[in-house]
Amino acid sequence: MLNNNDLEKLCTQVRRDIVRMVHAPASGHPGGSLGCVEFLVALYFKVMKHNPSSFKMDGLNEDIFFLSNGHISPVFYSVLARSGYFPVAELNTFRKLNSRLQGHPTTHEGLPGVRIASGSLGQGLSVAIGAALSKKLNNDSSIVYTLHGDGELQEGQIWEAAMYAAAHKVDNLIASVDYNGRQIDGDVDAVLSLGNLKAKFESFGFVVIENNKGNDINAVIEKLAEAKTFIGKGKPIIILMKTEMGMGVDYMMGTHKWHGSAPNDEQLKKALDQLPETIGDY
Amino acid sequence: MNNFSYSEKKDTRSGFGAGLSELGKTNPNVVALCADLTGSLKMDAFQKSFPERFFQVGIAEANMMGIAAGLTIGGKIPFTGTFANFSTGRVYDQIRQSIAYSHKNVKICASHAGLTLGEDGATHQILEDIGLMKMLPGMVVINPCDFNQTKAATIAIANYYGPVYLRFGRPAVPNFTDANQKFEIGKAIVMKEGKDVTIVATGHLVWKAIEAIEVLEKNGISAELLNIHTIKPLDNDAILKSVMKTKCLVTAEEHQKNGGLGDSVAQLLSSKLPTPQEYVAVNDSFGESGTPDELMKKYGLDSVNIVNAVNKVIERKNK
Repeated sequence: MLNNNDLEKLCTQVRRDIVRMVHAPASGHPGGSLGCVEFLVALYFKVMKHNPSSFKMDGLNEDIFFLSNGHISPVFYSVLARSGYFPVAELNTFRKLNSRLQGHPTTHEGLPGVRIASGSLGQGLSVAIGAALSKKLNNDSSIVYTLHGDGELQEGQIWEAAMYAAAHKVDNLIASVDYNGRQIDGDVDAVLSLGNLKAKFESFGFVVIENNKGNDINAVIEKLAEAKTFIGKGKPIIILMKTEMGMGVDYMMGTHKWHGSAPNDEQLKKALDQLPETIGDY
Repeated sequence: MNNFSYSEKKDTRSGFGAGLSELGKTNPNVVALCADLTGSLKMDAFQKSFPERFFQVGIAEANMMGIAAGLTIGGKIPFTGTFANFSTGRVYDQIRQSIAYSHKNVKICASHAGLTLGEDGATHQILEDIGLMKMLPGMVVINPCDFNQTKAATIAIANYYGPVYLRFGRPAVPNFTDANQKFEIGKAIVMKEGKDVTIVATGHLVWKAIEAIEVLEKNGISAELLNIHTIKPLDNDAILKSVMKTKCLVTAEEHQKNGGLGDSVAQLLSSKLPTPQEYVAVNDSFGESGTPDELMKKYGLDSVNIVNAVNKVIERKNK
């Protein structure tokens, strides 16, 4: 098991992967990806019980994860590769022709680690509920995790799913929200305010856990551990996780502008200067 | 002609309900989801017998499609149930991304398709669903003709891996196919052989075609009837074989002319065997309130319309 120092090094390497991946095709979504590095690293290297070396679609007796905000595929792919689902060298094919690493994640090309296509927003919570119900029918006590963007919560299907999860006591599911407050057109509050998100999910019947340090690997691990204590207690669980879009690259932070833009050569160099190679580039 | 008779009229949706109940007994992986239309979809018996495998999702069809996609991941075979309108247009993006593109083993079962939904009117009478669904890569599209065939189709699709759209209807219609039939996805059934014209019909229009053939025979016209229960994949060989003999064809469906069975057949014939074709379908129009019979007459989907289309296409062939 990796210690926290190892995990921090891994996070830095994943950040390097992300900016290099979007730079190569001059396309992709670095902002949200950089903000969710600690969450994905914590999940795949510390929290989830899973089997990267022999991926099985049915995920029986494994914890499984669904990325609902599929546009942050760079962080997802980097973490999948670094945890052993496929060779890290394949990260070099991101968004290029004939690649398994499509712009948004898909099962279509058979990439190990992906169990559903995502990209069109708002669908992942429903899918996760289905997978969680399937686990219950199979007497499989492992856990289903999801991640959603905060902007994504503007989609109505999320609230259909939230209503269902509480009404039917889907209590083997831990959802998380990347609560970075930004979306393509600007601040979430300016585009369409989510209002009091904690109160909304509580009134829907969720256990709501707040993590104000979503870019602190220790805090992320702690909050996921706290969430697990509510498994099997009759309520779905959601973590509202404050993160910084663009975390780790100074010029990408504090703005929504790097939601879906790739750095040029000069900007890449500037980013990589802030992110030293730790366990080796792909 | 072959003697088509029936002892009773039954609704195709009840065929679905009967098939689903049987699957409940024989296949423990079959689960069912419904969006507040359990009675209309005849899913009550399954719900009662297998409550742990039945999921009432409420009036939330998008969520239902997503949950169905997720259920497949643990090896379940979900059958979703709601009206055809809410099974397709309302949830097209959910089906496209989470089911079709993700190639999930979901059976989208859709009742009250077409005009024969009747008095509820055009908001509920979807006539575009075959087109919507057949355009999705990898989606199988099935529209059985009566109770027995719908029951057989329901059972058959559980043994096929991949997304399926199964379309059926509300009214009681003649139940004339064999109760013990073997249902083969993608395999047309030659209901009657003939030499002057091929009629390719699907769903409720198969019986209308049988009625039309009785009239045509009296007028000395020998029609061949193909029951195309599977619109995708289309049984190209059966259609080409028949048309090579008859040299003209009429398609009949309870759907828009644009994008339906007729267009699939036209696409096949235009590339393989250009042939005079007439459509019996709704011509770029929404429906309205009325009884099923009144609507089928008003919108040109009755047996008389098939007779007229046959006469017209034979005239074109003989020019």
